Amino acid sequence: MLTVEAARKRFLAGTAEEMLALAGIDLSLAAGDVVTVIGSNGAGKSTLLKAIVGLLPLDEGRIVLDGRDVTAWPAHRRAALIGRIAQDPHEGTCAAMTIAENLALAARRGERRRLVRAVTPALARTFRDRLAELGLGLENRLDTRVAFLSGGQRQALALLMATLAQPRLLLLDEHLANLDPRTASLVMTATERLVSDGRLTTMMVTHDMAQAIRVGNRLIMLHQGRIVFAAAGPEKAALTVASLVEKFHAASGERLADDRVLLAP
Amino acid sequence: MQQLLSIFSNSVEQASLYAFLALGVLITFRFFRFPDLTAEGSYPLGGAVAATLLVNGVNPFAATAAAMLAGALAGMATALIHTRLRVNNIISGIVVMTALYSVNLTVMGRANVSLLAVSSVFEDFARAAGLGDTVGTTILLAVILVAVGSAALFWFMRTELGLAVRATGENEAMIGSLGVDTAWTKMVGLAISNAAIALSGALVAQDNGFADIGMGIGILVTGAAAVMIGESLFGDGSILRWIGAVLVGVLVYELLVVLALRVGLDPIDLKLVTAALLLASLSLPRFRTRLLGP
Repeated sequence: MLTVEAARKRFLAGTAEEMLALAGIDLSLAAGDVVTVIGSNGAGKSTLLKAIVGLLPLDEGRIVLDGRDVTAWPAHRRAALIGRIAQDPHEGTCAAMTIAENLALAARRGERRRLVRAVTPALARTFRDRLAELGLGLENRLDTRVAFLSGGQRQALALLMATLAQPRLLLLDEHLANLDPRTASLVMTATERLVSDGRLTTMMVTHDMAQAIRVGNRLIMLHQGRIVFAAAGPEKAALTVASLVEKFHAASGERLADDRVLLAP
Repeated sequence: MQQLLSIFSNSVEQASLYAFLALGVLITFRFFRFPDLTAEGSYPLGGAVAATLLVNGVNPFAATAAAMLAGALAGMATALIHTRLRVNNIISGIVVMTALYSVNLTVMGRANVSLLAVSSVFEDFARAAGLGDTVGTTILLAVILVAVGSAALFWFMRTELGLAVRATGENEAMIGSLGVDTAWTKMVGLAISNAAIALSGALVAQDNGFADIGMGIGILVTGAAAVMIGESLFGDGSILRWIGAVLVGVLVYELLVVLALRVGLDPIDLKLVTAALLLASLSLPRFRTRLLGP
């Protein structure tokens, strides 16, 4: 499904702040894999996702998606195959447009935009049904402008938009980070349901170690642009937060600045 | 009373001719957040193309349509310079606007083309409708055109392509992540905007009876003032409200200009008044909240 080969990316090359964000990443995802991605700040998690989605060109390496080498494809072309949600709810939705209009934009992911009415009554019914599944009461607010929604509602909408047209790959880049705990858990429940219903191949970056263990069938840990630990299946299921922190210490040879944050439930 | 009526009909006439200019500016400045300066060149381009074709015996409606096409090409040129050569949006507009000055002179062959000897869309329309060629028929045709144009714009902005064009102005990263090539949507948006602006230029030239190389100077301020006045009166909101606000804005603007001229303002000072009106409409919302509360 997705293969990342020897991906390297250097920021600010030739300056004092030069940083190797991706130091040779090899990663292969089978169809239906749900991979959680953990690592400290600056480990390269977001860089990896942005490289896959096409927002950051790689210095070296290849990205093959669904059998096609997409390394040279611009982001808008890869978008036909990839849905991505960022941390900031403002990134994934359009504030000045209504909920229905946002969803209509997402419904045509990767397809030609035609000169026909965007929100047809049939489409509006579909949107209402899909919104109802989120359980946030948005199904009766199709004509409300997104600017009037809370951050959590916007992120839930972004989630629906990212998955509406059944992408080949779903990338979640700490998409719960800016939400309050209650909303985060609602959005996470919706995420898991959409991923399992659509059998979506997914990569999810998270800071929540317990969540990283609980969700998905695979886990990778990044440090300084490398995959320093990977687990799958029963091995992953058997992990504990404490054992993950130990793995991190062993792999990186350093103590985390604040273990408490990572160990917190 | 007679005086009031003539002030009003004069304003409505001007407003209906400038409405397309204001709609064009609305598309770029508001829907698109692209401060497109091409307008200063595409407006006289519309006048120049229409005038040149008219004096060469082309049908007035065909000449006006050709003017729109020329305006669309000018907008596409700006979009291509911005997206392909990655030039800043304001600079891209200035480049095309400057180049168009020479293009317009070349098209017309001289600085001013008189249309007094040829029939205009307004005269053709009056003849076809069996009406006299008066201010009334000019207003009637212009209002019909504005109504059709506004309805078309409203329809377009709710199509799949129209939504993508709007989203390009609102959240370019997001619409890109949904698989839309924003270089394409920018070209569509700027083409429509400048086609409308060139149409305005073609209509004004035919109403005035001449096209002039200098007719575009300061025209962007007129369009922007109309948009801002409408906005400060109605606020922003749905597409329908935006379009309505702009049409009212252009009427209010023209009323103020006609009034200013009637009370004895020297036409030389007109651009000064235009600039002051734009400034007033920009600062008015601040005072409105101060006067009426937030």
